Amino acid sequence: MTDPHVSAGLQGESGRNLPPLRLHVPEPPARPGESADFTHFDIPAADAAPRPDETAQPATMRDMAYGLVRVLDEDGAAVGQWNPNLPPETLLRMLRAMALTRAFDARMFRAQRQGKTSFYMKSTGEEAVSIGAALALHRDDMCFPSYRQQGILIARDWPIIDMMNQIYSNKGDRLKGRQLPIMYSAREAGFFSISGNLTTQYPQAVGWAMASAARGDTRIAATWCGEGSTAEGDFHSACTFASVYRAPVIMNIVNNQWAISSFSGFAGAEATTFAARAVGYGIAGLRVDGNDVLAVYAATRWAADRARANAGPTLIEHFTYRVEGHSTSDDPTAYRSAEESSLWPLGDPIARLKQHCIGLGIWDEDRHAAMDKELAETVRDAAREAEKNGILGHGLHHPMESMFEDVFEEMPWHLKEQQQQMLDEWKAAGL
Amino acid sequence: MEGSRPVSDMMSEAATETHGDTVQMNMIQAINSALDVMMGRDPAVVVMGEDVGYFGGVFRATAGLQQKYGKNRVFDTPITECGIIGVAVGMGAYGLRPVPEIQFADYIYPALDQLVSEAARLRYRSAGEFISPMTVRSPFGGGIFGGQTHSQSPEGIFTHVSGVKTVIPSTPYDAKGLLIAAIEDNDPVIFFEPKRIYNGPFDGHYDTPARSWAGHAHAQVPTGHYRIPLGEARVARAGEALTVLCYGTMVHVVENSVAEMGVDAEILDLRTLVPLDIEAIERSVRKTGRCMIVHEATRTSGFGAELSALVQERCFYHLEAPIERVTGFDTPYPHSLEWAYFPGPVRIREAINKILKD
Repeated sequence: MTDPHVSAGLQGESGRNLPPLRLHVPEPPARPGESADFTHFDIPAADAAPRPDETAQPATMRDMAYGLVRVLDEDGAAVGQWNPNLPPETLLRMLRAMALTRAFDARMFRAQRQGKTSFYMKSTGEEAVSIGAALALHRDDMCFPSYRQQGILIARDWPIIDMMNQIYSNKGDRLKGRQLPIMYSAREAGFFSISGNLTTQYPQAVGWAMASAARGDTRIAATWCGEGSTAEGDFHSACTFASVYRAPVIMNIVNNQWAISSFSGFAGAEATTFAARAVGYGIAGLRVDGNDVLAVYAATRWAADRARANAGPTLIEHFTYRVEGHSTSDDPTAYRSAEESSLWPLGDPIARLKQHCIGLGIWDEDRHAAMDKELAETVRDAAREAEKNGILGHGLHHPMESMFEDVFEEMPWHLKEQQQQMLDEWKAAGL
Repeated sequence: MEGSRPVSDMMSEAATETHGDTVQMNMIQAINSALDVMMGRDPAVVVMGEDVGYFGGVFRATAGLQQKYGKNRVFDTPITECGIIGVAVGMGAYGLRPVPEIQFADYIYPALDQLVSEAARLRYRSAGEFISPMTVRSPFGGGIFGGQTHSQSPEGIFTHVSGVKTVIPSTPYDAKGLLIAAIEDNDPVIFFEPKRIYNGPFDGHYDTPARSWAGHAHAQVPTGHYRIPLGEARVARAGEALTVLCYGTMVHVVENSVAEMGVDAEILDLRTLVPLDIEAIERSVRKTGRCMIVHEATRTSGFGAELSALVQERCFYHLEAPIERVTGFDTPYPHSLEWAYFPGPVRIREAINKILKD
């Protein structure tokens, strides 16, 4: 206490008859070893949410930000105003894309555990958020995803072997081994280059949408972030720009309750919903059952139609649950109750669509089991093919000198010198 | 390597380009002309930033552009630097060629994540699938009693980032030609405009009346299209006694100091810091054997440190004296003590005398 500034601040003023101030630091409902409890979640009936007109003024639909758009009820029937009434082939395509995403995740997670790559991130339990949105957008709408929307690529039929090549950083990797696994880039699939820096893609998506509008194009943009990253400054700047210029953009918040070890309370969930952020910006806000792929599809279609009608942006909160650890580097049993995922009241997105399809008479348990088996084999075969291009650390990578390419369009002298120096050093070392 | 390419100067540029009529412009008018020329030539060029639209910019650099090209191409933005640059990255990914303005370089820091993590890395991380062909214009430098947040020279922050180019003009002629080259370049460019010399060259004597660009040879600016290639230095003054490496406002301060001292210095106006014209630097220092580096930015880890290291590595056996750096001090930019801080004639004179003494 030798610093007078510090000691004065810590001591405060004595002798005043006021209660001491208290700092509120949020705590999740359950820690390891404790019972999970989701009874505090208010889950409206599947047909409860009204469906406003796509061009509704944001101020008239504030309740949507506090409700929950749902289509599939507890029995798996599609009900209410948001039912998109999709044909059987679309439903089965959704089901297959979600199942393929889960099978892909399982295989790649195992590949990391086997030492074939350095890192992986699953999207288990959140498949509907990517698949439902991707199928509701046009293929040439540009997606600005975060790292947990691999389902978009799968829904857009991007070759999974190409995704695996990226994960293995092998000689087939179009990104030349420069990016951490899962940081895909697929321009042809309308899938913007993923960055490790959170929420940077938010203003970028708004800028892409503004460019499309300024040029009189008809394409729109969509972007995704987690609820944790809504705390980033880029989230605020993106919402401001989107509102000011009425940009044709859909901004998705995947509220999976967890940002690594921090529960959603650290992003502000104790005080309000994430969809409610839209209200303050004058943006249309929807809160959606993220484990109901039909609700995700319907909300995305609503927002896409709104954007295409020049009625402005939409912010959608997808209420879901991150079933697995944050990444292969994470152990969720260190910070949350192990019971949580099994008690999650909105269930599993694949199981719910499967139940719906069976109820419609277009699907059955045998066909589902056969599909799962076939998809596991498809993923296994693709992985074997990808591994022929090399796995991480086994030497089958892009040439070392390619490290210096694409920093600039043309390589400047200092990079050419460093490139040559590296090659000379390795040669001198006899390698 | 030496001698493989001539050092560019204004006359050789002028001789190789066709650009129509030439009129006298100050640096703001030259920048405005560059934007006008590029917006007229390329519908993908868009201008955006705080107060750049209807009002025409707090320094008038974008005056008249919105009226001429419309609000879809020249527009005011909310006050959010991370948003301005983030949106510009998205526009570039779409296929536009954005020219965002950051009102003062001192306010570029909120945009650092978008510049460093996104714009600079986009081509590399996507293996060329997506690019960020933006040019970030921003007034920089001191000498205007701008205090701590209207005077900074943060070029060293950007030269340290792989994937961005950093350009700083020192004359109206160069400002237009370099800005056109920057806008046409497919890599992100940080274009710092020395605001002290927007309206006239500054010789470092703050107590004498301000001069205008009128009558200055490099204030005769072609009205049409021309470019000055990025990565080429300009010999501002040819000489034999020592080499001075500088850019921006300091080119004029050094020119005047050298003239007052009667020293036959060779002054290189670097114009582009990344990529750097290393051949011009080597050629000059090997000739003179002595090197002084002058910049307004703070000293420690400033761009002068990189220049000094390069000269030491490449010209060691030609050096006859230690390399001197005359820079801003390692303090925030002060208000009332500006002329004690600014690397002006007094400090330049001392450094030259020290170099020539050895």
